[in-house]
Amino acid sequence: MEKKKPKKIFVQGAIPPEKIAGAIANHQSKTNIGAHSIFLGQIRADEIEGRTVSAIEYTAYEEMAENIYHEIRETAFSKFNITCAHVYHSLGKVKTGELCLFVFTSSAHRKMAIEACNYFVEEIKTKLPIFGKEIFEDETHQWKVNK
Amino acid sequence: MNINVKYFGMIAEAAGKTEEVLELEGNPSLGELKDRQVKKYAIKDPQSVQLAVNQNLNTQVELQDGDEVAFLPPFAGG
Repeated sequence: MEKKKPKKIFVQGAIPPEKIAGAIANHQSKTNIGAHSIFLGQIRADEIEGRTVSAIEYTAYEEMAENIYHEIRETAFSKFNITCAHVYHSLGKVKTGELCLFVFTSSAHRKMAIEACNYFVEEIKTKLPIFGKEIFEDETHQWKVNK
Repeated sequence: MNINVKYFGMIAEAAGKTEEVLELEGNPSLGELKDRQVKKYAIKDPQSVQLAVNQNLNTQVELQDGDEVAFLPPFAGG
């Protein structure tokens, strides 16, 4: 069954917009689906004390993140009536305006797809050991902390 | 005992390395290991640092020879 397969979530560099289009296209043959919900995280050009963020460089404790993600996924499938879920997170450098997180949930009806998508995003942000170095245009940096 | 230590994010930056093997004597607790490394590498904001033992954030465990201890700064995914 699809939901039992171990899933890799990390991709090197930015998530290309074509990946989102491809994911949508891949689900057009699954006609039991009536709703998709998509979350896209994009790198924001924050200005901090006169310096502007130009990119975030992500690192992760990958093995632990994948194990925790597996638990999040199991919980999501037991909480929400979804047909499938796909999650991708960047590692390495992602420039402002580019995508670093792609969450895609599908269900027969909108409510479950939307709620499951929100659940994944919140859990990913709070529970996965992922770290972000905010690189400024002048090549200085600071470490990102999720709010 | 030998402990495999991993550092991430700003902690790896402070330590100047992403991992090392520590030979520890006298069965130190996890808290003692944390204090030792925080001092050694002048890790800032130590109360925000979480430790994972063998990828588990439940730190109510005694260190065993061969354990993997990760020093994790605040999470920043997404």
